[in-house]
Amino acid sequence: MPFRPTVLIALLFASMAPSTPHAGEWAKLAEDGVHDPNGPAIGLLQQPGDALPNLPGDTAGNQVHWIKALRTGVIQPRPSIDPAREDRRLDKDIYLDLYGSMPSVRFPHLAHTEWLDCTNCHDHLFLPKRGANNISMFLILQGQQCGVCHGAVAFPLTECSRCHSVPNNQAQRIVAAIEAEEAKRSAADGDKAATDSGSQSQPRVLDGKAKTK
Amino acid sequence: MRAFASLRRMPALVLLAVALGTGVSTRSHAEYADVVLNRTAEKEGMRPVVFPHWFHRIRFRCKVCHAELGFKMRAGSNLVTMGDIIDGKFCGACHNGEIAWAPENCDLCHSGKPGLPPGIFGGHETNGPGIW
Repeated sequence: MPFRPTVLIALLFASMAPSTPHAGEWAKLAEDGVHDPNGPAIGLLQQPGDALPNLPGDTAGNQVHWIKALRTGVIQPRPSIDPAREDRRLDKDIYLDLYGSMPSVRFPHLAHTEWLDCTNCHDHLFLPKRGANNISMFLILQGQQCGVCHGAVAFPLTECSRCHSVPNNQAQRIVAAIEAEEAKRSAADGDKAATDSGSQSQPRVLDGKAKTK
Repeated sequence: MRAFASLRRMPALVLLAVALGTGVSTRSHAEYADVVLNRTAEKEGMRPVVFPHWFHRIRFRCKVCHAELGFKMRAGSNLVTMGDIIDGKFCGACHNGEIAWAPENCDLCHSGKPGLPPGIFGGHETNGPGIW
């Protein structure tokens, strides 16, 4: 029988195929490589394939669009154990990477604060100050900065366009408008702001201008 | 096709291909963001703990564990002891028999494959070049 390289290649792919979960499939706990298939928990723990198909779908990560799941009310995760604890939200978009080779990044505080507390990122990962954070994809890919979550638990780093989502010129216009507004406000505050150290600690609207110079 | 023809004389390559395929097929396919905790578990004679993020985030926002309960956001950086859990800290804030199962259900958390290092597992799209 003549040897056919195509058979070899087909065999190679076939050997990879069976245990690789495909879109719309979730590995069974006993076959996921982290659970002990002979342990007593198998059969008692919920399978991802029982819970996750019922949530809004996605193409990456858990194949769940977690923000959609939250906002449509399909899931209602608690914001705290202590009912007295404040559930802080901030609805403020930050535009980053205005002059790069990729589209600019729109960072939505709202989507992040629906899940996270301010202290999860500020100030040990990001200073709340324009241009103070040298954000880089190199560090992110190393699991730093955004990469603490993205690539580990939040949507993975293959999803470039979810962050790099705004054309540079559009982001530049938005930033210019916000800066003009800020300049006008600080001019109007005038002498008052000069002596008011409190204004220093107000959240800054923008970041990522460092690359312009 | 001449390059392929040389394969005929190289059964070792066939073996290599099969070995590669097998290697890929036995690779872990943990659900995205599954965390293995094993800083002390196996030393103490228990299976490693598997913490499934997907299960918990259906029920709790990130801020509950990562701000209110004090879990640092780096797999392996939290030394979680059973003493603390029984005292109501870390997992014990919920795993107390009221919100979730109590700590005496050892095997439900200690369900990992022996020998796994602590860290974050899973990845539908990337296994990531990061420092996990």
